[in-house]
Amino acid sequence: MRYAIALAQVAPLLGDLAANLALVAERAAGAQARGARLAVFPELALTGYLLQDLVPDVALTASDPRLLSLTDDVPGLLLAVGFVEETAEHRYCNSVALLRDGELVGLHRKVYLPTYGLFDEGRFTSAGDRIRTTPVGEPLGSVGLSVCEDFWHPSLPMLQAQDGAALLINIAAGPARAPGSLAGVAAIDAWHKMQDTYALLGTVAIAFCNRVGNEEGLTFWGGSRLIGPDGAVIVEAPLYEEALVIGELETDDLRMQRYALPLLADERLELTARELGRLVAERAGMADEGAE
Amino acid sequence: MTVSEASLPEIEPGRAIEVIVGFIRAQLAQAGFERLVLGLSGGLDSATVAFLCARAIGPDNLLAVRMPYRTSSGASEDDALRVVTALGCRTELVEITPMVEPMLARIPTGDDPSLRVRRGNVMARQRMIVLYDRSAAFDALVAGTSNKTEALLGYGTLYGDMACAVAPIGDLYKSQVRIVARELGVPPEILVKVPSADLWPGQTDEGELGASYEELDACLHALVDRRWGEERCVAAGLDAALVAWVAKRVARMEFKRQLPPVAKLSQRTPGIDYLYPRRRPGSRR
Repeated sequence: MRYAIALAQVAPLLGDLAANLALVAERAAGAQARGARLAVFPELALTGYLLQDLVPDVALTASDPRLLSLTDDVPGLLLAVGFVEETAEHRYCNSVALLRDGELVGLHRKVYLPTYGLFDEGRFTSAGDRIRTTPVGEPLGSVGLSVCEDFWHPSLPMLQAQDGAALLINIAAGPARAPGSLAGVAAIDAWHKMQDTYALLGTVAIAFCNRVGNEEGLTFWGGSRLIGPDGAVIVEAPLYEEALVIGELETDDLRMQRYALPLLADERLELTARELGRLVAERAGMADEGAE
Repeated sequence: MTVSEASLPEIEPGRAIEVIVGFIRAQLAQAGFERLVLGLSGGLDSATVAFLCARAIGPDNLLAVRMPYRTSSGASEDDALRVVTALGCRTELVEITPMVEPMLARIPTGDDPSLRVRRGNVMARQRMIVLYDRSAAFDALVAGTSNKTEALLGYGTLYGDMACAVAPIGDLYKSQVRIVARELGVPPEILVKVPSADLWPGQTDEGELGASYEELDACLHALVDRRWGEERCVAAGLDAALVAWVAKRVARMEFKRQLPPVAKLSQRTPGIDYLYPRRRPGSRR
């Protein structure tokens, strides 16, 4: 079955929750009007990225009516959007909400917060501690949500693929490094290699939505992509410009690909788990030297 | 000098221009301005920034202020006018000579380097005063013209030519500025001229800094961008004495790249634990 997915490559306004809520609602309606059944928005699309001490000012709980009402005018549409989530314990997380018909269908809190180089996320937000998938009904079945840096750790997409995801949704706020240089191109190339590889090895489709626009000196590079479960690019948005691109996933491709390349079925999870357990124990100084 | 292993990576000037033009537009939009003003000396950096600004906002929204001192070279003025003609931007001529002479009279005469630097600083700061006054009159932000080489070497006057609201070429080394300038169509006379702050007759950047920009940029890129230690720079073919000099100068000039430290006393202190983006709701005028 063909399933249309929109990648809304927008440029949110830093710290302006009301403006960004309106922007997302408007683009979601546009995506649905063009036939999309799922619309994906970037990381922190409701708040902007370089928030620093603005974090508590723009945070929403996952049950906030302003968040849930984003789907008011788009009945049946699945909407993935990034925001600052304030948890019940008043932790502030860089989260992605999956919404449909006024309900929170799924939620993922960014697990890996880059706090190096130009990134300072761990200073202002708390890391999530779950890697799960979200059932969304036929024809997709389940999807795996993640945020930007989460994808630089292959355990996360591979766990989600094993956990039944037919589609991995990664939302990003990727700033260009050394723009205009080969180093800058290399950073984008690395993202592409990573996505292609995860799709291929996980036999899973990937919807990657990266923002554009400028904050302070940073320029976000866009280049959102929808990739099929064979690693082929279905649709790709331009670099640096706002865009709403729509691609169709053929869910039958997933079925055929998984028969032709049964990597998920062949995976030795018990073996991986045992070796991971050993590594964790060794690092904690709890290894039993004699055991084999 | 062979610097093949240590030389700068190539840049795609078209992409760099696209990013910088987007940056300029976003900065203006976020601050609530539509216009820019810059000091146009006729040198490569200010010509390049003028071209970038004109591309971002159109020549009618750009005011290029020419601010010669009585010893400034006539060729610089000719080159500045070439830029104005090529772009069709607005321009003003403000002679700083009568403004700085009373201050310069307080500095002893002589060619001692420290005295030259004092006089040069007076001129650079006077130009800043003119630019900020013109920016208020023209309802504009001041576009800076410092490049990455200058910023890292601290080769500029604090609160003088370093003063600006936005720094479009602050992450481009001098040799990369030249590549971007060529792509922008900066007049060829400016592309080939010897870089000079033109603060006294015969002054050249490379004469003052003691090395070519090609060598300086290679050292800076290796030390800063690649994070190489001095030994590795030398093993890659860079001159040992130059690498040592550059590394020391970068460290010594750190103060020019940061806001002054505040003595921490209270619960929240700007710059330490009061941290906000420069542009946010409420910061647009």
